[in-house]
Amino acid sequence: MSASAATFFLIGASHHTAPIEVRERLAPAPDKLAAFHATLGALPGLPEVVMLSTCNRVEFYGVAASSDALVQLQQAFCSLQGLAPDAFAAICRQAQGRDAIEHLLAVACGMDSQMLGETEILGQVKEAYAGAQARRTAGPVLNRVFQKTFQYAKYVRTHTALNEGQISVANVAVDLALKIFGDLGSARVLLLGAGEIGEKTAKAFQSRGAGSLTVASRTLPRAMELATTLDATALPWEHVAAHLGDYSIVVGSTAAPETVVTAEHVTAAMKKRPADPLFFIDLALPRDIEANVAELDNVFLYNLDDLARIAEENRAARASEVARARAIVTAKAEALWKQIEAQAGAAMPSPTAPALTSFRTGRTE
Amino acid sequence: MVTGSPMPDFTDRTWLWFATACYLAGFVLGTVAWLRERRHSRALMYAIIGAGFALQTFGLYQRGLAVKGCPLGNTFEIFQFTAWSAIALYLVIGATFRLSLLGYFTSLLGAVLTSVSLAIPGWDALRRVDVFGGNPWIEFHAALALFSYGVFALLALTSVMYLLQVFSLKKHHLYGLFAFLPSIRDLDHINLRLLSAGVLILSASLAVGSVYWLQDPAKVNLAKVVTTAAVWAAYALVLALRLGNRLVAKRLAWICVGLFAVALLSLKPVDSSRSRPPAPPVATLR
Repeated sequence: MSASAATFFLIGASHHTAPIEVRERLAPAPDKLAAFHATLGALPGLPEVVMLSTCNRVEFYGVAASSDALVQLQQAFCSLQGLAPDAFAAICRQAQGRDAIEHLLAVACGMDSQMLGETEILGQVKEAYAGAQARRTAGPVLNRVFQKTFQYAKYVRTHTALNEGQISVANVAVDLALKIFGDLGSARVLLLGAGEIGEKTAKAFQSRGAGSLTVASRTLPRAMELATTLDATALPWEHVAAHLGDYSIVVGSTAAPETVVTAEHVTAAMKKRPADPLFFIDLALPRDIEANVAELDNVFLYNLDDLARIAEENRAARASEVARARAIVTAKAEALWKQIEAQAGAAMPSPTAPALTSFRTGRTE
Repeated sequence: MVTGSPMPDFTDRTWLWFATACYLAGFVLGTVAWLRERRHSRALMYAIIGAGFALQTFGLYQRGLAVKGCPLGNTFEIFQFTAWSAIALYLVIGATFRLSLLGYFTSLLGAVLTSVSLAIPGWDALRRVDVFGGNPWIEFHAALALFSYGVFALLALTSVMYLLQVFSLKKHHLYGLFAFLPSIRDLDHINLRLLSAGVLILSASLAVGSVYWLQDPAKVNLAKVVTTAAVWAAYALVLALRLGNRLVAKRLAWICVGLFAVALLSLKPVDSSRSRPPAPPVATLR
């Protein structure tokens, strides 16, 4: 970038460039954000800027009139976070023009995420852009780039399998429940035990609209404690067998050395609900639910290995789609950059122009 | 070339072939999407099956004009009418319940029933004249009965989908076609609705027919009465057991599939039990 030319830029760090202990120091404190955005808005030569801050990345996208503006942006951020500029430069990722757009598209599609193909990032990109609009730091270039990014991210989602299939055990379990129950609005979930993975799975069910959640643990106070945390109800352990038929989804996550749900229990429970399916998710080791439960009619059983294998298969399927998604993203970025160049004319120089030399001290793409 | 008629000069069978081609196209669309592990366009599938239905309706209308009544005079027409009923029901259910893959399976059913009936010339070589004796109530009775068979055909399809989904979830085969199947509960709900609707329609049909039968029992072949009543009783029993939660899940689905096969086979004795003399071939009907 020449001293007087403007270009679209990206500066930031992510899980690709910074380990978690460094990333922890990059996330701005919420109470400091307003002042920081005011500082950003006042920086000379930075007419448009968006900050994308997630647990895995802090990135700035915008239009810079000169490399000096980018140096000031970096200094402002380091000052906010109490970072040494050299330390930030060492983990900093920079790109401009078409490459910066391609990176943004890859981020929005979930291609750059730690969990490949995750979709939450698109919402975070949208939030970041909405924030910039509200602060009036999004102008014609950012408007066009971000609006097209949302459109292209949807295109990638529709035309590739990059976002298909869940890749966490908890979400795989929820997806399986959807295959059985259609929607979870009327599903009653029973969590057996207070294991961490069981708790995560229960939360995943709640976040997908499960009708109700009940917690049962060998010690009632522990069940009540967890129930309070999860906004659920507690069930005394000795009542579990008798009430099994009242639930549609049972998540086993105890540390019990022997099975806690037997085929006999389930046979008795199914007599209360022969037409309604019963779904068991056994996340415990040793297992909580007797394996031959799976042979009963209208009963479905998945254990930790089953769920992990499905998650791994989904992950592999997503990975196999990366090349296709990358080709789409590259083509779209190229087309979008050409449009922006044509729109801006001489104001937006070619990305191949020697630029950012004074700023390029860290890792670059 | 200019012709006087706005419609091409096709026979009714030609229109029915066109309809079959549409149903086959729907099946091919679904299969290609499945092989590519993609969800087919529901709107496109609906449009293709809708086009097939329109063509089939026109073909059957042409046939009806020629025979001056509801075209239910031979095995060919019975198969065509059953397929037409199932497709009509899909067009309603598909739009209302949006069950994924139902269009795919319905197009397969439509293609099989119509192409088999068209491919066997003997089924349409002869046709009984004046099947209904000029009595519109008997015609109504027959049309209702065959419409209920269309409902049971769709029930057999959704039961197959149910069995596939259970297999998928029990055996942990979750990819390919299985990935797009509707949920177990959705399929169970639709099965119960179709079973209830089928029994209701067949009951109405038998009620209308029984009035005619009671007036003149000699006019109706006993084999037909027994076969029809047996099919009705079987479906009514299945419905009663389902409502009482005595017959559910996989067993219910298998019985719905098996019962439809039996019901389809029962059409032959019902058709051949009619006592009217055969009419000349109808292959040239327009």
